[in-house]
Formats: sequence, structure tokens, C-alpha cells
Amino acid sequence: MKNNEILSQIPEIGEAQIQLLEKLSNAVSVSGDEGEVRSIVMEEIKAFADDVRIDALGNVLVTKKAKVDDPLRVMIAAHMDEVGFMLVDDEGEGLFKFEIVGGIDNRQLVGKPVLVGKEKLPGVIGAKPIHLTTADERKNPIPLDSLRIDVGPGNSKKCKVGDRATFGTRFETWGPSLVGKALDDRLGVATLIELVKHTPDNIELLAAFTVQEENGLRGARIAAYSMNPEVAFVLDSTPANDLPVWDEEENGRYNVKLNHGPAIYRLDAGTLSDPRLINHLVKVGDEFKIPYQFRQPGKGGTDAGAIHKQRGGIPSVSISVPGRYAHTAVLIARKADWENTMKLIFASLAKFNRDILSVDR
Amino acid sequence: MKSLIKKLVETVGPSGYESRIREVVRAEVEKYADEISVDAMGNLIVKKGEKKEGGLKVMLSAHIDEIGVMVTHVDKNGFARFTTIGGVRPHTCYGSRVRFLNGTVGVIGGEMLENANHVHAIEAMYIDVGATSVEDCPVKIGDVAAFDRPFEDLGNRLVSKAMDDRVCAAVLIETLKNVKNSPHELYFVFSTQEEVGLRGATSAAYSIDPDLGIASDVTMTGDTPRGIKMDVALGKGPAIKVKDGGMLADPKVVDAMVQCAQKHEIPYQLEVLLGGTTDAKAMQISRAGMPAGCVSVPTRYVHTPSEMVDINDLNNAVKLLTAFISETIKLE
Repeated sequence: MKNNEILSQIPEIGEAQIQLLEKLSNAVSVSGDEGEVRSIVMEEIKAFADDVRIDALGNVLVTKKAKVDDPLRVMIAAHMDEVGFMLVDDEGEGLFKFEIVGGIDNRQLVGKPVLVGKEKLPGVIGAKPIHLTTADERKNPIPLDSLRIDVGPGNSKKCKVGDRATFGTRFETWGPSLVGKALDDRLGVATLIELVKHTPDNIELLAAFTVQEENGLRGARIAAYSMNPEVAFVLDSTPANDLPVWDEEENGRYNVKLNHGPAIYRLDAGTLSDPRLINHLVKVGDEFKIPYQFRQPGKGGTDAGAIHKQRGGIPSVSISVPGRYAHTAVLIARKADWENTMKLIFASLAKFNRDILSVDR
Repeated sequence: MKSLIKKLVETVGPSGYESRIREVVRAEVEKYADEISVDAMGNLIVKKGEKKEGGLKVMLSAHIDEIGVMVTHVDKNGFARFTTIGGVRPHTCYGSRVRFLNGTVGVIGGEMLENANHVHAIEAMYIDVGATSVEDCPVKIGDVAAFDRPFEDLGNRLVSKAMDDRVCAAVLIETLKNVKNSPHELYFVFSTQEEVGLRGATSAAYSIDPDLGIASDVTMTGDTPRGIKMDVALGKGPAIKVKDGGMLADPKVVDAMVQCAQKHEIPYQLEVLLGGTTDAKAMQISRAGMPAGCVSVPTRYVHTPSEMVDINDLNNAVKLLTAFISETIKLE
């Protein structure tokens, strides 16, 4: 395919895509209970997929056939689950003890509205107000076992131990920004839905909408085993820590920056990305003048950490949309970064061929 | 042996970036291999022989990656901040030199410490490559380097930055050269990404699907002044692993190795290592599981730029492995 043809086929991020992202972001889909997002995904992709399967852990595994013979079988993964809470003890009158699911800093919890259970009943993580706290108390974060989710007596019988809860934030757009509670990784899910709808002709797309990423890449592991692809790309969201630092020194620990384009991974806690794939993404980014950045090598990880070790090894790389305040009640991303992520992954797939993998890693 | 080790240890190859060291190994083994392949993880897999009566499919693994660093940010004055690849400990960094894949050499410096008795955190250190700005800095975010220190021959004792695990790559290479008329189908795996979690051996074990897995890796010693309590010493022979932090070696494999060493009058030690693990762990739990063990090379100052081994242990490790895989292996 010629480059101008590829450019003309790149899915646009228009009003419909933003509305879908809103629906995805507002859905409650905490690890292990991803049903609501799964339903949205199934509804969106069913008319476009050649084969759809829901596996034992709840991953949605989609096959979209290529329009060429002997196509490269490419897995693309995005996780449907989000961090959140689970009710663990009913103390009566609508007060529940809870545990954190996935990685959330305790200090982010106090005073936040939440939505509980499949009915999304409103609640709040309450705490003693400033009037009643001592100066000493205010020095330390409140431990989890001193916090409760309070849904009030009215709904107390509709909630039960084992129910999941998330932050109650509703999706909004603020100028160039996308604001929501679960954009990690509904941005990836929305991108992957577009790829199922608009797939480059040259590849067989194996789209994995995965579960339980936030509690240990569990869905991706079995998805990669059963799909057994030749190569894998992971679409995720990664924290931007790009605010100015207090002493006006250079911020050398930004991880990624908003508005600098999709973030390509080299090293995280789970994966050393395949250099052949990194080079391909960079080459395509340069050729199509798509802005991109490298995520600072360091901790954290994506589904790639599980995927690349399956079977005899699967060349893998991750691309993330940057987002400020990840794993809190609010994540802020930029629409332009999402658009450029879409462009980079689409063009990279359209330009992919086996020669890239024929040289040794 | 010494010149082979020098060649191997002086090649830069941190985890995930093993292509150069793989080519060095490939040149050494090509002549002796029946088949050579490189898999998706970059493992070099050398097949030798077919399974005969009483034989097994045996995977032997020594990792060719080494610990290293990766640049996270180059600041406006040209100083490169970095993160670690594998188990790099902060106290080994300050004042060390590193060599990047592109040949650039840098010195690790650190921010001023409030207390000079403290050790710099990794985040408080940087690599100085002699640059003065981002523009004239020859390295950028994502670039990879290994510690840089020349190989030293102290007679019986050898010193280098990457004895872990290039000495065992040398042991496997020599074993491959020596082994003749083995009843086994042998796979010598020069594995990748061991230092970041046995990742190469994991996929190699899956695709080879052997009957028996044997790793060769370095282990610590307890023979230095006020060192750790460990009954392994330099120069007393290769160590047959009983357990480490990630694996309980199959007792039948341990027994078979011990009997082999005794039969051939090869000195050996038994190893109980409290921390750390080897590719044998990945093999042991691959697919439906397999008997696994490890022949270790006692090494002082592991994961510092000056790891020390004894040449006699290496030669005896070659003898032990050669003898072990040349005969039928009884695992009852």
C-alpha cells in the first residue's frame, strides 16, 4: 500500500469515537468483573469480526482476516479492566470496609465519590473532616482499614460483600483534553475497536480485549497462548509526570509528556521490547511525520510482559497514550495524542511485513 | 579457555541486546553443531546428536546476557540519567565506567550526598560521557550500556565484569567441543534475558520441550573475610546445585551428577544458595515440568564489575558436564 493510501485509511477520532470513549470510560469494569466493558466491545465489533470468542477468563478474542494470502498474524492487546475497589465487610447502615484492586495510592482515596456494584450506586469514601482532626493526624495518610465506602442506609441492602466499586468521575472533554476515571486503558480499548472496524488489508488481526491486567497481566497471558501470534503490539496508557518541578530545575523524571505523541516502550519492569519492532515504529513515525516519544525506561508494565514469554517467545512492543494522574479519580489525556497513537499503530501495521522479523533479534 | 573467556567477557551484551555476544558464541560453536537457530527471544540454540537407546532430550542453558544500564534522560548539560537492567546494586556504580553499544564510554558520577557515608541511590547518579549539552551528547534515551572493565588474568584466578554468565557460556562451548558419542539429543542454549527474569530460557524450554534441563551459571561463595555463610569456595570444584532462591533441584539429578563426579574423580561441591536463581528454574516448571539441575561456577563479587572465578573450577565444570551428558543418565 502506498503511503498516501495508508494515510487516507487511518481511522479518524471524531464525535462518534469520543462518545464511544465516554461510554467506555464511564463503565464500571474493575479487574475480574469486566462484563460491562465486554458488552460494549462485543456490541461494537460483532459486525466487523470474522470470529469472536470469549475465553475462560473473560478475554474477548477477535479474529479479523486479511485480504492477502499467508498474512502475518498480529496480536494487538488492550485491557478492559481498571483499578478500583472491592467491598469486603458489611458494617451495616451502608458502611463497607473495602480493599483496593490493582495499584492505587491510599492517599488518593479520601473524600472521593465512588460507584458501587452493577447498579452503580453512589457512595463516598469518607473521612474525619479537618474540624475534628489533630495536627499530628494530618501528617500521615489514613490507612485503608480506617476508611469506609459509605452508600447510606437507603442502598445498603443493594450492595454486598464482593461487589466492585470505582471512582465516580464522569467523562468530560476540556478543550483539547479527555478527562475520565478509566482512560487507562479504555483509550487502548477504543483504539483497538477502531482497528477491528478498519484493519489494514495486509495482516490478520488478532485483537485481544484482555481482563485482569491491573492485577498481574493474567488475561493477556492466556490470550497470547491461545492466539499464538507471530508478533504482538500492546496499546495502553502510561503516566505523564510532566509538571514543572518546584525549584525550576529540569524535570528529568517525567516518564512521558502530554502532547508529545504516543509513547513507545523500550524497557519496563516486565519487558525489554523487541528492538526490531521499536525500530519499525520509529521508522514509520519519521516517514509519516507522526510525533512520538519514548517512555522513560523504568518500572511499571503492560500486557506485553506476559505476552512476549508465551510459548516459544513472541516479539512484542507497547505503545501508550500519555495520561496525567493515572490510577487516581481523574486521568487527563490529550485528544491529539490519541489521534497520533491511532496513526502510528495503523501505519505501522500497514507497513509491517515478515522481513522485519527475518533478521535475528 | 582463558582467551575464549576474555573474548566473551569483553563483548557488550546487556539483557535484551545480546546480538553481538550471540555472534561471538555462534562463531565458536558453528563447527560443532548439527543445527543452529535463533528464536524470537534471541536465544542461540545449538542442536547436537540424536536420541539413541537410553538417551534423553537434554537442554543445557548458559545465559549470554549481562547486567547493565539504560539511559532514561539526557539533561541540558549533557548528563545522562539511567535505570538498571538486571540486578545492578547502587554501591557498585559510583566511579564505575560503562560502555554503550555504540562504543561511547561514560563515567558514573553522583549528586552531592548529605552524608558521605551513605550510598548514592540509582536516581541520584548519572553517566558523564564528556558531553556539555543534549546536542553534543552521543547517547540518548533508551541507549544501553554494560559495565566496562578489562579482563585480568591473575594466574588461577580470573577477574572480569561479566563472568556471570559468560564463563558458563565458555563451559558449554568447551563441553560441546568435547562431547562425542552421547546417547542424548543435546540442545545447548545460549540464553537471553536471564538477568531480568529467566525470560529467554522460559521460551527456549517451551519450544525445545526437553526431558531434562541443566543450567550452568555462577554462584556465590562463602570463602571471603566475614563473607556470607555458604559452604562453597573458589577452586574446590564446580558446585552441584541442591537449591537456590527459586528452585529445588531434582534430587535424582543431584545424585546422578554427584555419582558422575565421583566416578570420574572430578572435584565438586554441593551448593545451597539462599538468594538468586538460574535458567534451571524456568526449565523445571516449563509445560508439564521436567527434572532440572544446575552446575554452578563459584564466583566472588557477583554483580560487581570485578567478578572473580578460578580456572580450575571452569575446567572441572567442563569435565563434569562432558562426562554427565556422554553417558546414560539414571533418574530413578
